[in-house]
Amino acid sequence: MSFVKFEHVDLAYNPGGALAIEDVSLEVKEGEFVAVVGPSGCGKSTLMKLISGLKPPSGGYVYVDGRQVGGPLKIVGMAFQNANLLPWRTTLDNVMLPLEIVEPYRSTLRKERPRYEAQARALLARVGLAGFEDKFPWELSGGMQQRASICRALIHQPRLLMLDEPFGALDAFTREELWCMLRDLWQEQPFTVILVTHDLREAVFLADTVYVMSKRPGRILVRREIELPRPRDLDVTYTDAFAGYVHELREHIGRVRAS
Amino acid sequence: MKVNLVKAAPWLVVAGMFLIWELICAGFNIPEFLLPAPSAVWAVGVAQFEPIMMHATQTFITTLAGFAIAVVVGLLIGMAVGSSPFLYRAMYPLLVGFNSIPKVAFVPVLVVWFGIGTVPAILTAFLISFFPVVVNVATGLATLEPELEDVLRSLGASRLDILGKVGLPRAMPYFFASLKVAITLAFVGSVIAETVASNLGIGYLMMSASSSMNMPLVFAGLIVIGVMGVVMYELFAFVERRMTSWAHRKPNGAT
Repeated sequence: MSFVKFEHVDLAYNPGGALAIEDVSLEVKEGEFVAVVGPSGCGKSTLMKLISGLKPPSGGYVYVDGRQVGGPLKIVGMAFQNANLLPWRTTLDNVMLPLEIVEPYRSTLRKERPRYEAQARALLARVGLAGFEDKFPWELSGGMQQRASICRALIHQPRLLMLDEPFGALDAFTREELWCMLRDLWQEQPFTVILVTHDLREAVFLADTVYVMSKRPGRILVRREIELPRPRDLDVTYTDAFAGYVHELREHIGRVRAS
Repeated sequence: MKVNLVKAAPWLVVAGMFLIWELICAGFNIPEFLLPAPSAVWAVGVAQFEPIMMHATQTFITTLAGFAIAVVVGLLIGMAVGSSPFLYRAMYPLLVGFNSIPKVAFVPVLVVWFGIGTVPAILTAFLISFFPVVVNVATGLATLEPELEDVLRSLGASRLDILGKVGLPRAMPYFFASLKVAITLAFVGSVIAETVASNLGIGYLMMSASSSMNMPLVFAGLIVIGVMGVVMYELFAFVERRMTSWAHRKPNGAT
């Protein structure tokens, strides 16, 4: 049974205007790690808005957890290319922000604060930010900010994590470090991930399934399952099988860009 | 040594200005009814200390009252305009148009409505100083990062949640910056109203002094207004730094 399901979904940001995505159908199983790649402006981010209920589709249906999406889902965590941490809050308080909004945490936050704080500290420790809880975001490096941002997306234990080019602004080494961090988080405590990216190596390294989207209006061109054994280590990125996947996806993208 | 010089520089500039002013008056033998020397202004200030202080207190309280109303009204309008693009577009032309009216032209209207005295001065101070507060609060709220709003909305946050958790804290540096501007404008407003329509306050004191050609007293009044403006500006600059230190961090704060 699929966890996220798109049935012939169209979306136009203005009624009657140009479509941002067109006739998208896809299915994501619970616990699956999905990557969506495509040229810039292909409506990858639009997919995220549809799944999280921030935008209703202009045509077709979006189901999450067997129900049609009709508004903001609280089982979703999101992180973006820009970490968007609040500069007046410490790292810990930034991570706790969703707990101030989502039930059942919201109404129990006052009573259970020490317990939730311990959870947040444990999560920060898991991504290597132990000792930085009381620093302000501007005292952290870009990679650390992004780690904290992903903690914020996970603190309310969402069943679906959506990432929009979360490592796009980082240098290559930091990026690979964060791939491993995300891989570990996902393997320790399964949740479904939809990762939007334009980095093919990132997509192949992390995902079970990669979707390639076309130029605007975005359509799904290819669905490719990545059958590299898990757990994957960074070494896998130097194997022929890995290079084969990247190469194959690159060709699809090349065709999209040329068309 | 360098730090000391930086700290002393504003005082040195002020002292230098008075010195040059004194030298010009003495050197060119300028008559007192045109431009009194600082020494003459000082003498009048000492001789008339009590009436000057009485009028200054009146102006000070009037200004603070108008400023307080401006802060409350400015915050409310700024929050409304900044959190709703519809209200932003609907209200902005009116606000800009209103702000373009010279407030001195509005004082006679206030006098007709409220009579001569403190009320028109308070209202003029309010009218002249609320606009920067509105603009800054609205700007702070309207420039909220859309991704951040998406994060919160996808969690089911209401508009009020977003305003309270992110919008208002984010607008605070803008708000406190506007207070510095607003307090100095409030002085302008109250003094304008006092010169036109009051029998109390520094503005009135200067009007009556100039009509009897007592130029040293006029200048004493100007200096008192200037000093009050600087003191209040510095006070709010201090409050700004204390309240929003996160926005004024040093660029080398990163680890």
